Amino acid sequence: MGGSVIDMTTGQHGRGLAREAGPGAGMGEVHAELRQVKRIYPGTNGGGVHALGPVDLDLARGEFYSVVGPSGCGKSTLLDVLAGLSAPTEGSILFEGREVAGKVPPGIGVVFQEDAAFPWLTVEDNIAFGLRRAGTDAAEVERRVSYAIGFMGLKDFSRAYPAQLSGGMRQRVCIARTLVMQPRLILLDEPFGALDAQTRLLMGDELLKLWRETGATVMLITHALDEAAMLSDRIGVMSARPGRLIADIRTHWPRERDSRIAAEESFGAITSRLWGLLRDESVKATGMSERAR
Amino acid sequence: MRQLLDSLLVVVALVAVWQGLHWFAGDIAIASPGATAERAATLLGSASFWGHFAETFAALGYALVIAVLGGMTIGMLLGLHRLSGEVAEPILVSLYSLPKITLYPLILLIFGLGMSAKVAFGAIHGIIPVAIFTLGAVRTIAPVYFKTARVLQLSRRQLVASVIIPAAVPELVSGLRVGFSLTLLGVLIGEMFASQRGLGFLVMNAIGTLDVPTMMAVVLLLAVVAILISAGLLYLDRRLHHRVA
Amino acid sequence: MKRATWVRGLVVIGFILLLEALCRWGVIGRMTMIPPSEMAVQLWKLLQSGRYNADILQTLGNVLAAFVAAVVGGFLIGSILHALPRVRRAIDPFLATYYAIPFFAFYPLMVVIFGLNAAPIILIGFLFGVVAMIINTMNGLDRIPRVLVKTARVNGLGPLRTAWLIKLPSAAPQLFTGVKLAIAYCFIGVIAAEFIMSTSGLGYSIAYAFNNFDNRSMYALMLFIITLVTIINAFFHVWERRIMARRGM
Repeated sequence: MGGSVIDMTTGQHGRGLAREAGPGAGMGEVHAELRQVKRIYPGTNGGGVHALGPVDLDLARGEFYSVVGPSGCGKSTLLDVLAGLSAPTEGSILFEGREVAGKVPPGIGVVFQEDAAFPWLTVEDNIAFGLRRAGTDAAEVERRVSYAIGFMGLKDFSRAYPAQLSGGMRQRVCIARTLVMQPRLILLDEPFGALDAQTRLLMGDELLKLWRETGATVMLITHALDEAAMLSDRIGVMSARPGRLIADIRTHWPRERDSRIAAEESFGAITSRLWGLLRDESVKATGMSERAR
Repeated sequence: MRQLLDSLLVVVALVAVWQGLHWFAGDIAIASPGATAERAATLLGSASFWGHFAETFAALGYALVIAVLGGMTIGMLLGLHRLSGEVAEPILVSLYSLPKITLYPLILLIFGLGMSAKVAFGAIHGIIPVAIFTLGAVRTIAPVYFKTARVLQLSRRQLVASVIIPAAVPELVSGLRVGFSLTLLGVLIGEMFASQRGLGFLVMNAIGTLDVPTMMAVVLLLAVVAILISAGLLYLDRRLHHRVA
Repeated sequence: MKRATWVRGLVVIGFILLLEALCRWGVIGRMTMIPPSEMAVQLWKLLQSGRYNADILQTLGNVLAAFVAAVVGGFLIGSILHALPRVRRAIDPFLATYYAIPFFAFYPLMVVIFGLNAAPIILIGFLFGVVAMIINTMNGLDRIPRVLVKTARVNGLGPLRTAWLIKLPSAAPQLFTGVKLAIAYCFIGVIAAEFIMSTSGLGYSIAYAFNNFDNRSMYALMLFIITLVTIINAFFHVWERRIMARRGM
């Protein structure tokens, strides 16, 4: 059940590390873990859809971890289960030592793929939404919100409505709304999927800034290999459905990095390694002809 | 601005057609625009007219409260669970297309003649479309809003008040527009039979005594008020949908 | 069968049984309502006796005429308005507030013009249904994705063929909604008009039965209309589901 752990700086292969440590441990204490997690959706005719698993995963505190995989492999399901948005059919999830099952524990922030900015609130009110519902006092709300607005570059738009903003800015609003809650674990489900390539790259840099600022643990789901390679400390590769983690790749990037890391030699190696692992899985997932090989 | 002028042109055209129909069909069927306006002015000056007006709009008020509150509650409760929404929708649609007038005798048997029958009749006309629109509104709230609410640790009450209701408002207002028109219609039809008071009664009475100018004047005044209120709701509807688009 | 379908069946049957029980146990007095089972029996007897057959046929005929006129007329008017945006915008507020106006009051006018026959009734049914069809036709034509029209041009299709092969199928779901609403409104309009102002037809028969304290006939006829409306609606519902399912909606 271990996949291969590939150390990208030395190019050496290692066998899956011992069970106790789990794949990817060794960077710090374990923040969240999944053990033999499976998710099967009840089907309409009695049969179920086996969407995910079994998956074993450890997230180290403060790391930036990405999951890549072909479409439909269960990446989003993985995120839903980890966040507590859906309960696993089998297996267990622990966040900060406590069991997570079907209920979102405090301390987790999620940025979704779809546009989640509330259209009836201004940018400011959107960002302040979570804090206000939690009963945070007005001065603190004001402080955190204006900091987030400044940080995400939304100062000129704080009174605008989401309908007046571009897709990228709406995502920034959602990220800001998550940020002010000061989550310790941030999960992002293909947050930049709807954006054009240049905006994506810039948003990637923003995300890194955010990560360093908050010291949070970040898990990013993405189908863009370059994005994963550029941003992460560690990348998990998922197979076609039912999704299982088949490889774990360390990038060894320095903490202070941005999109220009793409100029590094090892970046090319990492991306091609990812594609090498993913290509067959993608063919399986899309059902395209084997003759493409 | 241009649209306003165009719409005024349409009004002028309608009045012209009206006048034409008068020449064609004669006084016995339809009063001329002039005669109608004259009679309308007289009515507006008479106290008894206002008595009838107040009766109708009081009934309308009560009926609307029932239709709106009832319809929204039903629609919301049904819409929040996937199964109940699916089960209920065709039933509500069937009830919507049922000619409520066929239930009229039943209403009279339950409530007798008078205000409560009128209110009941108006309410059953309005409650169904409000429920249908509310159901639709709640069912089509983007699932990501519900997920966001869970991540932000919202309580059930906060979910309803700060996410569901605001998200559903544009559709709710559309439902209100239809509900208002139909509730008014229901109250008027009710008055045509079971009452000696109210604008519906006035119309029926005028038809019975072949008092065409009065009949047309009352209908005209009703139409103007109804159009104004409905147009106001339409404006609100457009504003709200615009924000969401 | 889908889960929702049989739950719905259970709900409806449960409701009918509840009414039956309440009527039998006297909670609902006989003067107010007779038990559903009796309604059904009475309806069966009436249908067999043929007493109301003429009225039923007349009403159905009226509804059908109003419906066809409303759908065809509504579609034509809607298409024309769609093609003339300025006129459309001028008329828009009136269309939106149309249902707030009680057109029953114009019945005498119609009688003068057309005579005391089915025409005024059909006309009222038509007036009720046509606007729903107009609005939905316009919405349907609005929503045709521009890219489909462009595809038609790239493939050299003339305006008539574009309308038939591309526009109509694309707007079909919305047009279908218009048709659904039209049948409902036409039905309501015709029955209400017969109830208030006619001397024949189903609507009139119910009013007559009520005025003569003939509860049994009245409820039998009401049951007939309810059943008819439900069947028509179920038919449209299933048809619509098929259309929508094909489009992945």
